[in-house]
Amino acid sequence: MFRDALLIAEKDLRIEARSRVVFSQVLPFAILALVLFAFALNADRPVLRDFTPGLFWVAVLFAGLLAIQRTTNLEHDDGTNDALRLSAIEPASIFLGKMMAISVQLLALEVLLIIGVLVFYGAAIESVAGGALLAVTSVVSSVGVAAAGTLYGALTAGIRGRETLLPILLLPVLAPVLISATRSFDDAFGSAAVNGWAWLALLGLFAVVYLTFGLLAYGILLEES
Amino acid sequence: MNQSPSTGPNGAADSSDTNDTGDTGTRTLGVLCLLGFVLVLVLAFGLSEPDDEQNDLVRIMYVHVPSAILSYTGFVVGALASGFYLWKKSLAADLLAHASIEVGVLFGVLTIITGAIWGQPTWGTYWDWGDVRLVSMLVLVLLYVGYLALRGVGGDVNTRARRSAVVAIGSAAMIPIVRYSVNWWENRTLHQQASLTDGKLEDLTLFTLMTSIVVFLLFYAWLTTKRFRLGWLEHQVTELGLDEAIAQRRAEARTGVDAAVGKSPHSDTVREGREA
Amino acid sequence: MRQYVYTVPVVQLRDVVALLGRFPALAGVDLDVDEGEVVLLQGPNGAGKTTLLRLCAGLIPPASGEARIFGLDVVSQARQVRRRVGLIGHATGLYRDLTVLENVVFWARASRVDNPVDAAKAAMDRMGIETRLADLVVDRLSAGQRRRTSIATMVVRRPELWLLDEPHAGLDQSGRDKLDALILDAAAAGATVLVASHELERVGRLSPREITIAGGAVVSHVS
Repeated sequence: MFRDALLIAEKDLRIEARSRVVFSQVLPFAILALVLFAFALNADRPVLRDFTPGLFWVAVLFAGLLAIQRTTNLEHDDGTNDALRLSAIEPASIFLGKMMAISVQLLALEVLLIIGVLVFYGAAIESVAGGALLAVTSVVSSVGVAAAGTLYGALTAGIRGRETLLPILLLPVLAPVLISATRSFDDAFGSAAVNGWAWLALLGLFAVVYLTFGLLAYGILLEES
Repeated sequence: MNQSPSTGPNGAADSSDTNDTGDTGTRTLGVLCLLGFVLVLVLAFGLSEPDDEQNDLVRIMYVHVPSAILSYTGFVVGALASGFYLWKKSLAADLLAHASIEVGVLFGVLTIITGAIWGQPTWGTYWDWGDVRLVSMLVLVLLYVGYLALRGVGGDVNTRARRSAVVAIGSAAMIPIVRYSVNWWENRTLHQQASLTDGKLEDLTLFTLMTSIVVFLLFYAWLTTKRFRLGWLEHQVTELGLDEAIAQRRAEARTGVDAAVGKSPHSDTVREGREA
Repeated sequence: MRQYVYTVPVVQLRDVVALLGRFPALAGVDLDVDEGEVVLLQGPNGAGKTTLLRLCAGLIPPASGEARIFGLDVVSQARQVRRRVGLIGHATGLYRDLTVLENVVFWARASRVDNPVDAAKAAMDRMGIETRLADLVVDRLSAGQRRRTSIATMVVRRPELWLLDEPHAGLDQSGRDKLDALILDAAAAGATVLVASHELERVGRLSPREITIAGGAVVSHVS
């Protein structure tokens, strides 16, 4: 099962490496969001620094939505969905593979955006522990968002109006991720006195719930009529 | 505050006007709800005392709390019915999930509205992000609005049922996660908000609240049954059309036989080609 | 018609109704196809040919009636059915941003073919895909070259039942000849082939059996 998942993930990442859709369209969108937030908050450095974690994660969620849409649509543009169903790969492996590919893309996005907020918003990582918290939070959040995103992406795939349906289904689901990851980053950037590691546990719980749910439910969504 | 008197008569009117979704069972239930709402009104406005701290404001609790309970009931029943659908592929379970969640969303909105109405005099603002329960309810209602949007897309009945079932179960799994994260998140401000159910309730107040909860649950059962039957009738109508369509298609095939036997130059050449 | 009394028919449909949304694309199809047969499906647009092929692939469940492929139920045993069939449909089933070779190798791997790279190269060779095209991204191919690649991704899986929906569309003369040769070889090796095609003369030469579909049902058999 894991080998098949790697096959799918490798394929999706290879497609991204070739087409660079996420890199050349989604990433600029996320950076644009950071810039627009600065305009909206009147480019007030102390305010921006204080709200860096929240702004960062809002940018990640919106940009991530586009990355999720892109990766799910790969299977629907040219009938590859049918071909996958005719292959020997279990639906759970497809889910796992696509989830891994999206996680990697989200993580890359987050790394670049962290550099963005360090530069634009004057956020600063105070300590080694803060840096570690930042890294672990990014990884766990990416997995959680990717797991929910892969599931809901498959759910809305092939539906007319999927572009509007996916955000309205997925964003409320990701609300707890936004809350938890923001709090955790608050700790990492020192913008609020909270215990980020406790919030990380909640993120972990979310990721585990959606990974399990996705592995079980993905096959149901691949079928038609 | 006016929710109970207005929803009661409306409901009773529904059950007496339409025979399609009503029967003796639902009519009995409807009448029970109506009587129950009258009882709750008397208890809430006549017999129960104003609260020590909140005065008459406490009375909105008799609508607010049962609405919230009803809403959660709707979501949980929706998830259970969805699970049953995935297990047995029974379309009735899918329609029940839809009915239950739709009623749940309706009362979720009512919970938020009554909460805001209560919040204005209590906190001095309609909305306070410190109220964990209200914020959670808002997130959950938004979550389930997505469910209803998904159902509205149309398409194949079974595909819709499967997708909706996954969303209903996923959303129910979110209930504790949302509650927990919002609860924790609120603590950052370190101020404890006054809440409707704070403090000790007097006996009669508690009795009124319990009565109201029971009546609201009956009302939930009544509304959900009605909504389910409506959905079932809608389904029957499309099925009816489907049988016709299949019969038509079969007739088309029969005329197709004549056409194929009568004239088909291509198949002739093929046959010659093959014999040659 | 050939009769294999002791073997289970590869395709066995009994009064099958299949729905596309609320439209009954198939309304009462009865069909038996034995191992090694090549069957031509013909009929006007909208007759239900595509739906019939997708149903045989186990991709669409019947709304009523019984459908067995290799003696397996297409609903309860869908996964066993699916991995043994190959389908060429209207969509290419290719990833546009991968090269021809990467696509064929990916689908070979996805079907657990031994030595996927060698098998892929062999399949591409049989469809006459020149080696200079192998490393070209599918997006840059012509429609005919895509069709060839698409067929190669099916052939490489060595399916036991070939379901071909207008497979000649977009192919040039040499591509068509190559496809015909593949079909005949496959049938000789025991594979079963259902071809929906308007290229009657061409397929007629391949096929000893012809079925006309109209209005979602089989209306005539010619053998």
